[in-house]
Amino acid sequence: MSNALLIIIIIGYLGLLFMVAYFAERHEKSVWVNNPYVYVLSLAVYCSAWTYYGSVGVAATTGIDFLTIYLGPVIAAPLWILILRKILRIAKHQNISSIADFISLRYGNNRFLGALVTLICVLGIVPYIALQIKAISETYEIMSASSQANRLGLIGDSTFYMVVLIALFVAFFGTRATDATQRRKGIMTTIALESILKLLFFLIGGVYITYFLFDGTSDLYQQASELSNFEQLTTFHTNQSALNWFFTIALSFFAIFLLPRQFHVTVVENERERYLKKAIWLFPLYLLLFNIFVIFIAWAGNIRLPDAINKDYYTLLLPLQAQNISMAVLIFLGGLSAVISMVVVSSLSLSTMLSNNLIIPYGFLEKFSKGLPEKNTIIIKYIRRIAIFSLIVLAYFFYVFLSYELSLYSIGLISFVLIAQLAPSFFLGLFWNRGTARAAIIGMIVGVITVFFTLIWPFTLGVLGGRETLLDFGYLGISNLKPYALFGIDFMNPETHSFFWSIFLNLGTFYGISLYSQANYRERNYAEIFVNILNYNGLQEQAYVWKGEAFVSDIKEMLTRFLGKARTERALKLFNNKYNISHEALQADARLISFSEKLLTGTIGSASAKILIANVTKEQAVGTVELLKILEEAKATLERNKALKLKSDELTELTKALKEANNHLKDADKKKDEFLETVAHELKTPITSIKAASEILEEEPDMPSVARTQFLANIVKDTQRLSTLINNILDLEKLSRGPQELTLKKTNITALSSRVIDSFKVIAEKNQIQLDFISDKSYYLYLDEDRIFQVLVNLISNSLKFIPEENGCVSLALYEKEQAIFCSVTDNGRGVPMADQPFIFEKFYQSNNQNIIKPQGSGFGLAICKKIIESHGGTIWLDSTFNQGAKFVFKIPYTNE
Amino acid sequence: MSSILLVDDEPNILMSLEYAFKKQGYKVFIARDGEEALEIAQKHCPKIVVLDVMMPKLDGYETLKTMKSYTCLAQTKFVFLSAKTKDSDIAYGLSIGADKYFSKPFSVKKLIDEIKLLLI
Repeated sequence: MSNALLIIIIIGYLGLLFMVAYFAERHEKSVWVNNPYVYVLSLAVYCSAWTYYGSVGVAATTGIDFLTIYLGPVIAAPLWILILRKILRIAKHQNISSIADFISLRYGNNRFLGALVTLICVLGIVPYIALQIKAISETYEIMSASSQANRLGLIGDSTFYMVVLIALFVAFFGTRATDATQRRKGIMTTIALESILKLLFFLIGGVYITYFLFDGTSDLYQQASELSNFEQLTTFHTNQSALNWFFTIALSFFAIFLLPRQFHVTVVENERERYLKKAIWLFPLYLLLFNIFVIFIAWAGNIRLPDAINKDYYTLLLPLQAQNISMAVLIFLGGLSAVISMVVVSSLSLSTMLSNNLIIPYGFLEKFSKGLPEKNTIIIKYIRRIAIFSLIVLAYFFYVFLSYELSLYSIGLISFVLIAQLAPSFFLGLFWNRGTARAAIIGMIVGVITVFFTLIWPFTLGVLGGRETLLDFGYLGISNLKPYALFGIDFMNPETHSFFWSIFLNLGTFYGISLYSQANYRERNYAEIFVNILNYNGLQEQAYVWKGEAFVSDIKEMLTRFLGKARTERALKLFNNKYNISHEALQADARLISFSEKLLTGTIGSASAKILIANVTKEQAVGTVELLKILEEAKATLERNKALKLKSDELTELTKALKEANNHLKDADKKKDEFLETVAHELKTPITSIKAASEILEEEPDMPSVARTQFLANIVKDTQRLSTLINNILDLEKLSRGPQELTLKKTNITALSSRVIDSFKVIAEKNQIQLDFISDKSYYLYLDEDRIFQVLVNLISNSLKFIPEENGCVSLALYEKEQAIFCSVTDNGRGVPMADQPFIFEKFYQSNNQNIIKPQGSGFGLAICKKIIESHGGTIWLDSTFNQGAKFVFKIPYTNE
Repeated sequence: MSSILLVDDEPNILMSLEYAFKKQGYKVFIARDGEEALEIAQKHCPKIVVLDVMMPKLDGYETLKTMKSYTCLAQTKFVFLSAKTKDSDIAYGLSIGADKYFSKPFSVKKLIDEIKLLLI
């Protein structure tokens, strides 16, 4: 393929990335930029060129070992999420911007520890970046069909320009804010895009090779099984290789936390904790997808391609062999994506560490504490930019000078083993509240030295020559010190061997020294916060213990140098409001010290922040016992507050319930009042009548007898009315007490109804009213016979009051339905007005509307009926669908006994 | 002789009142509800109107308010007879122009005396 065309494609591709980053920065609130998928895809920065090309190489030479690097994260995904949640909480709580910051803060904000972690990371990652550059360069050569020999030095090497472009990209989008904990939306969005592209192109390549170059997986298997080394590639041979598997899985599990780029995307760039819920299944799925075709591509390459070529690039070489240039370009771009994303995030995170944990704390503090805010900001940005360029350029020269026939896989593993040296102090620090800075430092150094002697030095000798002698005779000629077989352990491959010994010694040293040395109070303070972050999350600044003398004005001045006047004042205002502190307060307390340190941590790292604040304050040492006491108190206060809040919530609930109950009572009370008033009124009417008539009779002894008889008859009628009224009231009262007032026995309701009808016969005949009774058989129910009789009489009397004077007709019907007996009383009267329907079953209802229709009864009838039916477990209602009169229905279930 | 209009929906009460006032020599008109009362009042312009409050169709208060607008009743005295005996009910009755408010049950003799006083 022509060089020019290839360069145009590459530049076009890089341009696309710049544009995406620019778009994301411009629209940083858009859902395209802020969603869990971008987060999960950015985690896939784990898959570098090592995955993209290296896996195939390993699969082609040693078999399925490549899988371990991906199985680690997949197997451990649930555990990964659990631990990660804790790390996220701590990191957000403490404004942490890198793994170096994290570890140094955990061990009492130790400046040297942060610097050491930074150095280990640089040592481990720069060769790793170099390998990525090597992958670009080699694939570029394959694509353009030029050879390494043609390279015209730095100026003629197109890889160099590509590297510079990447460095520019990181420097531009990665250092826009001085606070390193601010999310870089532009970069993360391009990383997510690249993660999609590299997976997509790799899968396309896999499908192409498996299904187009070959006839699917079984065809490939068929052909591959005829190769001489097939069996060796597809089986575990011994327990030893199982052991290698085990350690490599552990190694990759560590890497997923500790690789600076991985820590950066998972922790520093995390926007919301709940994104983890997506990550827990999506990220392992991504890794599995990436590995589907690896083994088939490896077989295909072994079958089709000559043995001598670099097996890492089978994916690219197979389409090229088949003359499919466009497929090869896709594969190349996928590889380029993998490389760029890895280089971008690695250099970004390393540059933050270099500036915040090494360069600033050791070189610029003095200067910063006197400098102007604008100048400080600019200097910090330049430190980071220079760090980015130096790292990438350093990696480039590493690649140029140490370029050697190395597989991507082995250098990747060395890098993993080095980074794994952070594991003991990192993981134990999360769960064990002992552990001191000194123990962490010595443990790491011991671990790194072990890696150096068991892996790096033999590896370097492999380049310089003389490795074989060392391997055969050991250091200083001592056979127990053979680099690949320390103390006779010779059954592991070099990387796992080195991993095993370095972690063993590192952990042992860390543990031993931690047990035998006393942690100072600052170490204990952070140990408490880290280990029990769930308890301290709500405490915020109050978890920090500090004693001494400090003035707000000094701290304010220091903050202003880094944050500028406006931001400092805003932050202090927020702080004062949060803790209800007067703006005129002169003395600073522990909370302000902690708050200020956190504010500065994002910009210059935790160690520098601590030193700067310490410069303007006079701190007194706190005893460990005192420290723990203070922390306990803070925790207790928090719990008390929580309990109080709970209590207060409970009380609010209770008050609400009481209010409701009170309203009910008030309602009931009001109803009772109304009831009494109505009763009084109802009683007064007949009494008035009786009184008036009696008075007249008394005044006039010689009244004509006709009038006299009339008055006496009126008195009798009104007396009758009074006693009916009183009986009804008593009835209702009695029924309100519940069904126990009933005398239930098995009753033939059909016969009962018939008796009711008979009692109305005479009056019906006299008024020419048609009275019907409809029932097909005898129904038996448990009833209070007298009460049901009362109900039926009531309903029929009601009907008789409202039917027309001519052709009046009332009918009573009994029928069985839904395990209940239904009884309906229907008439052809004027019906119940719509407005009255909801109230007719209320006592005295009629009398409340006396001005409209004068009651022809006591106003108790239906209320009593309702009470009686309900006491029988039944219901009574007005059938509102019936519109040729009124239709009252009640039902009593069979189950009422 | 003075004419009187008795309005109540309770026939027994009405009957007693009618008998008592006739005996006193009044010219007595009776009505069973508010509407009927308005009709008779307009036609016969009684000197006294005795009103129950809770009645069908038109209650006593409304009946009184309407009667107040009749010119022929300008000199007429109004008396309420009611089982509604709360202070607020009585106050309302007097506020809309009643001259007396009697609580049920009442004394016929006393009612007759009071009405005599009103007519002086």
